Amino acid sequence: MTSTEATTEPATTGLTTTEPAAPTAMDALDRLESEAVHIFREVAGEFDRPVILFSGGKDSTVLLHLAVKAFWPAPVPFPLLHVDTGHNLDEVIEFRDRTVERHGLRLVVASVQDYIDDGRLQERPDGTRNPLQTTPLLDGITDNKFDAVFGGGRRDEERARAKERIFSLRNSFGQWDPRRQRPELWNLYNGRHRPGEHVRVFPLSNWTELDVWRYIKREAIELPSIYYAHRREVFQRDGMWLTSGPWFGPRDDEQVRELTVRYRTVGDGSCTGAVLSEASDIDSVIAEVSASRLTERGATRADDRLSEAAMEDRKREGYF
Amino acid sequence: MTSTEIPGTHTPDLLRLATAGSVDDGKSTLVGRLLYDTKSVLADTLDAVHRASVDKGLTTPDLSLLVDGLRSEREQGITIDVAYRYFATPRRSFVLADTPGHVQYTRNTVTGASTAQLAVLLVDARKGVLEQTRRHAAVLALLGVPRLVLAVNKIDLVGYDEGVFEAIATEFAAHATALGYPVGSVLSIPVSALVGDNVVDRSTNTAWYTGPTLLEHLETVPVEPDPHHVPFRFPVQHVIRTNTAEFTDYRGYAGQVAAGTVRVGDEVVALPAGVRTTVSRIDTPGGPLAEAEAGRSVTLVLADEIDISRGDLIAPAHDAPVAADEFGATLAWLSDKPLRPGSRVLVKHGARTVPAIVSELSARFDEQRLVSVPDPLSLELNEIGRVTVRTAEPLPVDDYAVNRRSGAFLVIDPADGSTLAAGLVGAGLPALRDQDSSTPEGDLVSPGP
Repeated sequence: MTSTEATTEPATTGLTTTEPAAPTAMDALDRLESEAVHIFREVAGEFDRPVILFSGGKDSTVLLHLAVKAFWPAPVPFPLLHVDTGHNLDEVIEFRDRTVERHGLRLVVASVQDYIDDGRLQERPDGTRNPLQTTPLLDGITDNKFDAVFGGGRRDEERARAKERIFSLRNSFGQWDPRRQRPELWNLYNGRHRPGEHVRVFPLSNWTELDVWRYIKREAIELPSIYYAHRREVFQRDGMWLTSGPWFGPRDDEQVRELTVRYRTVGDGSCTGAVLSEASDIDSVIAEVSASRLTERGATRADDRLSEAAMEDRKREGYF
Repeated sequence: MTSTEIPGTHTPDLLRLATAGSVDDGKSTLVGRLLYDTKSVLADTLDAVHRASVDKGLTTPDLSLLVDGLRSEREQGITIDVAYRYFATPRRSFVLADTPGHVQYTRNTVTGASTAQLAVLLVDARKGVLEQTRRHAAVLALLGVPRLVLAVNKIDLVGYDEGVFEAIATEFAAHATALGYPVGSVLSIPVSALVGDNVVDRSTNTAWYTGPTLLEHLETVPVEPDPHHVPFRFPVQHVIRTNTAEFTDYRGYAGQVAAGTVRVGDEVVALPAGVRTTVSRIDTPGGPLAEAEAGRSVTLVLADEIDISRGDLIAPAHDAPVAADEFGATLAWLSDKPLRPGSRVLVKHGARTVPAIVSELSARFDEQRLVSVPDPLSLELNEIGRVTVRTAEPLPVDDYAVNRRSGAFLVIDPADGSTLAAGLVGAGLPALRDQDSSTPEGDLVSPGP
């Protein structure tokens, strides 16, 4: 567990004060944004030690952008937590650190590599580290006494997530019990929990992948460059294009090619694939996502393909 | 606001809807059909459904598999918990709360209905309006869902018979009227979720039906705007303070407008202190606004420095609610632990949570007969009752019938933090409203079968 303190400067969105704007009707994105901002402010009011899970991926970047808006012109009153698999692309880590510094926030890193180095976790035979994230995540929550943990999860990602609450109570083992979930009524969120328990909070619950991309465009949110089409050395495994890297491939029988690709999600490089794409700017990404015939998880995440109930099992174990 | 849409499409708005139905009405299939026919289902998800359908020995894809998310649901072929679905057309984005019909139906229907602007109720054309249908409609009415659609499903199985449809539609319309739904807020549509008649595409099998398909209706039905005569309500969620070169000694009150509209220059009062001041700015990170309507998250800057903290309510000085420490309410009980009069609880209203006592349980709503039964001994899971709530501090409540946001509250167990009940300030359904004059037989609110 390491912690880096960045220089503190006021969080701003780069927008300046002007004359009051004439009223316009709220559209779908306005309503989703307002809902997320409301959720951030409720958590600030009801919890002692909230934290935002931040990987540098597009969903957590949007999450952070919404947090900045919720507390503007004051800074975001929460630190960030990254569960680092050690299998990240350099561009993502660079983006993560730059973003943290720009907003003057504190980043806590829970490192899977540290756990493997000191023997608390063992590398899996397939080299995939996504399943290893749960222990460092739960230890990071316990050690820092975090009581509310913001995640970028969306209900449209997967069928088990469709039944997730916005405020999702977890026991002291971080486990999710679908039958013990509280009914979620109106916009009155119940954040009460016992010592040792915590609440996962999902402000993007009602967003779709397309909403996220449209919002990124509307707000001109910067993302890691890997989300846009670029030339990259990749090899094919289980029908996915994985990037070359010293820690997970390619194997001898896997042929490396340079192709034009982009990523739809960021994650463990050993099981998060790139997609062949020429979408090099936000408009072409939105057009591609609109036309896409694969969900982002199905297209790019090997670990969700393992079984019909893969996500449900991992959520029960305390995964995001 | 600049347009953010793909060229050629305009900015869609958002409709939140809930579905409700009895066992085997085909609700999961209907929702699956909406997702499938609006092309909201992507290839890999569909492949998984096709594979699972083949495994079950089916020859056509079982669209209900698109929506039954938990393993125990797939194994038992039932839906357990409220699930949220997303689909969009160029005109509208939809957030659909899919509420199961049989297990803990009140709990799930109340949850789904609490945020819904419209509800789709399903009936089986062969069975017509059932007790369960009337109960669901009563719960939807209680929760103030402004519009109802009755989807008369499996119309193919009654030979697309207009007479069957008309009889069901007429019976349901009478029931909805008795529950207080004005004419025009309820629409019945003949559909077959399995075949696809009138869900997205107009059916050639129901030439006698001239109304919209389900999706056409969802796309065009007016999204109930917060009526302008509803007074402004603003629960303060968070006090934003900062002191920078750009924002000297900044102090703003962050929240989401719960009702009505606020404008710069409005004279307001902060409750419970009762201090008056004026709105000097409505701030957002994108720049200040001249006014903010219900649903918008903003930060209010006030002209005078007064003591306001989280949980306080900002309201118009001339139209503020009366803060009450005792009020009548209707509870939908959602816990296995029954409510007994005198129970000590927590009440969360707006952004404030206070200790409270449910001092009196005066009536229970009999959902079988749609009547109110006076002086019950307890309120059990899934029951609806009329109570008196006493709070440790006065709360600025409105009647739920006037305002769904400022009239709503949660009842929370102080021991384990669980949510015990959905609370609605005021009397709710006509049967409960008239409870003082009710006889042991009760007041019938429904024409009944």
